[in-house]
Amino acid sequence: MSKNTVNAARFRRVDVDEYDENKFVDEEDGAENQLGPDEAEVDSLIRQGNLMEALQAVLKNPPINTKNQNVKERAEGLVLKVLSAFKSSDIEKGVQSLDKNGVDLLMKYIYKGFERPSENSSAVLLQWHEKALAAGGVGSIVRVLTARKTV
Amino acid sequence: MAYHSFLLEPISCHAWNKDRTQIALCPNNHEVHIYKKDGTKWNRIHELKEHNGQVTGIDWATESNRIVTCGADRNAYVWTLKEGAWKPTLVILRINRAARCVKWSPKENKFAVGSGSRLISICYFEQENDWWVCKHIKKPIRSTILSLDWHPNNILLAAGSCDFKCRVFSAYIKEVEEKPGPTPWGSKMPFGEMLFESSESGAAGQTAAGGGGWVHGVCFSHSGNRLAWTSHDSTVSVAEGGKTSTVNSLRSETLPLLCVTFITENSIVAAGHDCYPVLFVYDGAKASLTFGGKLDVPKQAAQKGISARERFQNLDRRASETQSTEKDLNTLHKNSISQISVLEGGRNQCSKFCTTGMDGGLGIWDVKSLESAMKDLKIV
Repeated sequence: MSKNTVNAARFRRVDVDEYDENKFVDEEDGAENQLGPDEAEVDSLIRQGNLMEALQAVLKNPPINTKNQNVKERAEGLVLKVLSAFKSSDIEKGVQSLDKNGVDLLMKYIYKGFERPSENSSAVLLQWHEKALAAGGVGSIVRVLTARKTV
Repeated sequence: MAYHSFLLEPISCHAWNKDRTQIALCPNNHEVHIYKKDGTKWNRIHELKEHNGQVTGIDWATESNRIVTCGADRNAYVWTLKEGAWKPTLVILRINRAARCVKWSPKENKFAVGSGSRLISICYFEQENDWWVCKHIKKPIRSTILSLDWHPNNILLAAGSCDFKCRVFSAYIKEVEEKPGPTPWGSKMPFGEMLFESSESGAAGQTAAGGGGWVHGVCFSHSGNRLAWTSHDSTVSVAEGGKTSTVNSLRSETLPLLCVTFITENSIVAAGHDCYPVLFVYDGAKASLTFGGKLDVPKQAAQKGISARERFQNLDRRASETQSTEKDLNTLHKNSISQISVLEGGRNQCSKFCTTGMDGGLGIWDVKSLESAMKDLKIV
């Protein structure tokens, strides 16, 4: 009963789920070529003031399948830059210019952005969220929640 | 549209008899109750008590008048009517998790049970031993089977599973039937062969597809050439046999749909957590699926003046002075719809279908009156 379990407690660190033979393993989708949106292109479009094009460009090549966290964070930062650059009155037009896939992808980036709030990001994201919700409906939010591979 | 509130508890599952005068349903407990229609009222005439766990699936074989039930106690029972009472026969399913859904085959010589043991049990009656025997379909199912539907040829079975896939298997039992002819889904059909599996990304050309969601409901069309399924990521998909590349998904704007059925060869009705049935139209030539309309006629809320007292009450409760009608549920069902069944007309010319849900109510929908009530609705 009073056995010293500090050293003998290594078994407590075993992750039993790894040894479960019925464990569900996601299918690996080889996606080493998904590098996220092109930073240079997006930056130049923002500087030019062509925000619609910047939105389309930043939603290209979403890093959905990679496990590389850096790529994902870079993509998220870039998206946030574009979304903050929009004027409040233009947000609705920006959302209208997207197709259904685009709205779903935008919703994914918005929720990813909510996870790490910075100074003004949440306010901007909330405005985008309202317009994206009007376009995509609750279905787009359900797809963010159920997606196994997300940005 | 008729609505009858049976219980306060959810109706877990239901099944109709041949002439639609009796309905067997599970009031979210271990029993099955059979109600008989008497004018506008429903009277409970039988109570089937044999299960030790919640009854998760009921199916009524209309021609041979047998009921099969399956439950969370890992058992299934086949009930036959003898001298005015229903007598159960145990079926050993050899599963070690709860059974989730059960369906008689079109010829009613076998039935399929989907379970949490990640397999489908196909059960048939063996004459020599006077006993129900079952065979398992295991590969490549990786999670609970949530829904099943038989193809009209009595051999093929569609299964929707929690591993995000919808599959078509062959359930050919050589002891009870002849070898089947070729179908658009395939020509070689040994038992357990998988003839179709939905891919993860759904519609062609989607780069932003997620991983999909649990497949809640599956349904073959009347001809068996089309298969529709609904998934937890709020999508509806249709696949046509033989054309494996064209799986058409529609990402809906609603909450996930839990059940689906064909009402004509091109029209699909689905219902789910949004509490109202929804129509989808599939165009075979263009291979596209479109949203057809919401099939619920909202009751017009009476506009009356709000007293000062109500204004303050609303301010207190909702932070706004007006009665917000968006939050109020003005649909027929007051909670999610979990099952939909065709009452009249079959799956190619359905004229009436019925929905049951978690509000303990049963809704009967008439297709003709829905078509006339909604101006833009077209059932093709």
